[in-house]
Amino acid sequence: MPKVTIDGTSVEVPEGTSILNAAKLVGVRIPTLCHMEDIHAIGACRVCVVEVEGAKTLAASCVMPVFDGMKISTHTKRVREARRTVVELLLSEHNGDCQVCDRNNDCELQALAHELDIKSIRFEGVKTAAGLDTSTPGVVRDNGKCIKCRRCVAVCGQIQSVGALFPQFRGFKTVIGPAFGADLETVACVQCGQCAAVCPVGAISEKSHISEVWKALDDKSKTVVVQVAPAVRASLGECFGMEPGTLVTGKMVAALRRLGFSAVFDTNFTADLTIIEEGHELLHRLTLAVKDKKPVALPQFTSCSPGWIRYMEYFYPEMLPYLSSCKSPQQMFGALAKTYWAGKVGKKAEDIVVVSVMPCHAKKSESERPEMNDSGVRDVDVALTTRELGRMIKEAGIDFTMLPEEGMDSLMGASTGAADIFANSGGVMEAALRTVWEVVTGRELPFLNLHVPPLMGLSGIKQAEATLTGTLPAWSFLEGVTVKVAVASSLSNAKVLVDKIKTGEVSYHFVEIMTCPGGCIGGGGQPRKTTNEIRQKRINAIYREDEGKKLRKSHENPEVLKIYAEFLGEPLGKVSHHLLHTEYGARQRV
Amino acid sequence: MAESKHLCDCQQQVDEVKCLKRLDVVIKEYREKPGALIPVLQIAQGLFGYLPEVALKRISLGLDKSYSEVAGVVGFYSFFSTVPRGRNLIRVCLGTACYVRGGKQVLEAIKKHLGIDVGQTTPDKLFSLEVARCFGACGLAPAITVNDDVHQRVKSAKVHEIINSYRKVPKGKAARQKRVKS
Repeated sequence: MPKVTIDGTSVEVPEGTSILNAAKLVGVRIPTLCHMEDIHAIGACRVCVVEVEGAKTLAASCVMPVFDGMKISTHTKRVREARRTVVELLLSEHNGDCQVCDRNNDCELQALAHELDIKSIRFEGVKTAAGLDTSTPGVVRDNGKCIKCRRCVAVCGQIQSVGALFPQFRGFKTVIGPAFGADLETVACVQCGQCAAVCPVGAISEKSHISEVWKALDDKSKTVVVQVAPAVRASLGECFGMEPGTLVTGKMVAALRRLGFSAVFDTNFTADLTIIEEGHELLHRLTLAVKDKKPVALPQFTSCSPGWIRYMEYFYPEMLPYLSSCKSPQQMFGALAKTYWAGKVGKKAEDIVVVSVMPCHAKKSESERPEMNDSGVRDVDVALTTRELGRMIKEAGIDFTMLPEEGMDSLMGASTGAADIFANSGGVMEAALRTVWEVVTGRELPFLNLHVPPLMGLSGIKQAEATLTGTLPAWSFLEGVTVKVAVASSLSNAKVLVDKIKTGEVSYHFVEIMTCPGGCIGGGGQPRKTTNEIRQKRINAIYREDEGKKLRKSHENPEVLKIYAEFLGEPLGKVSHHLLHTEYGARQRV
Repeated sequence: MAESKHLCDCQQQVDEVKCLKRLDVVIKEYREKPGALIPVLQIAQGLFGYLPEVALKRISLGLDKSYSEVAGVVGFYSFFSTVPRGRNLIRVCLGTACYVRGGKQVLEAIKKHLGIDVGQTTPDKLFSLEVARCFGACGLAPAITVNDDVHQRVKSAKVHEIINSYRKVPKGKAARQKRVKS
């Protein structure tokens, strides 16, 4: 193993370690800008340069591997001046508008300029041409602010296998964006927002819908209700400086109530409902396949993640019948709030405004789908990201950390632990198994603490299997059947899995796909910046939320039982079919 | 759908459908090869005379590369063109050696003679004009190329002679004649 000296401290590191990573081991922090751990190291920005004894030029520490006997200095005068020049040059063309930028106070370039003590910009140059792209429902791009670090290119291409963003043209005219510098709507973009999640500056963000929400809240003729996705409660605290992985469910409810929402509801409620509908859909498909020996699309794929739905519509239109027909919990909620809840409180659908808070950009796009109006009007009026809710709470002057803990409103606010774990990759599958297993065998899922360990954690593709025994009479045809399930998060992993399923290399009964790495806790609309360490902390928080609940199986949710008794009738019934299920359509990829 | 006509390298008016069929064969041949994109783009440009959108989209799907990536590569290299070109493509080198030896004056003379600017095509579709940075023929500076022919030590006063030699003869024939001459 090579032994190196970094700022006078010696350390032995494995062959091939970058100077940057070796420095971390001895507690030396080298500033970076374009670098993303484990994903993207191309030495493009040159902010991470260091001096290597005997070398003529400075080395980009993120890409330069160490060699035995290497002597590295990370903050000599030469290094400091080089870094400063690099950042000043970036600033000289950065069309930033810092005071009114979405990323003001949350910008890596701004922070770096501060860290390097830059007080003036020595270079006067042409600013990058501003060009606002608001063509898609969820993502806004501003080329003038782009510093061409290519992080978005790496996540869009490598992590998501979408490739909507790529460097176009060359030299000073280079823009990072869709084909030939056109707007995003002209290419296959799934609206996952992972580009926005990794953008170090204000070049890519969610399309803000904050003003629509304020407008609705100020309109006394409207009843404005809000639903919050499971993942938000494990990350919203980060907007207020709280430690990642802090659960803020109660404070979040209190904040929403103080913002003026008439009722604070939980997307968890419809997550539980999704398990009932999607679980029965799976059992229906299994009945057709195993009992009736009829051709049926198996495996069934989950349909909660709208980026994944768009991905299938663009890239695997022939596989659309394999998707569960269940709407996502967000859309189920909207349709029910404007029918079931509207009836309960004596309101008309058109007088109710449904706002959702999601960790997601694609939820904005999903809410705008023209078919999502089964209540007679648009089911979900506005979808906000976690970050947007954070901003609204700040704007309202609410001291979030001092808020009391409050509970969700009833009728559509109760949830079980099975709904909480929708936020984590593997969670929907685990929640479905908790219910389906019990429906078929009459017994609890035979795993410790109701968890399915092989489906937990940050691995991109996970799988598990269990053999059904002691089935109830109605399900005796499933006796001895080994149920095989798989879980993938990030679309590149989904692609690997779908391709293997297509060729018959692997076969499963049920497959969960989440668009974003780690699931919704790592969604594009979550507080920046999301690393694997932060993902894991949010995942742990969500499992804590689940384990802290008395009810942990969707079919035990009292408000779900009530809605079937009073409104929906039975799973997959006529009302369900109308309000809770949907269809998909192929999209032109190019 | 109206079929648009393109100029193929075989000097015949070949309809788009035939060009696309040939492109499909090429894509199939290159699909599994690493680094297939650039050679396929070069062949496509040879087939169509330029890179029409329909061909680029076919390549994107066929090679399973995103359209943005295909466009990014096309936009990066100045030898790729997404607009139709005339029968003869004139490239004037403005690399350092050609520049200091009068490349700029040669360019001006060609622009004046043809009445078009860089990036444009004459109304009779006979000539398109582009600039390039270094053909690697610095010893012959200033150099221009017309199609695949390199013309060395070009004088501004004589550009009309070079251009006129391409007016009547088809592209392929001019090239053959030149080869015979040298």
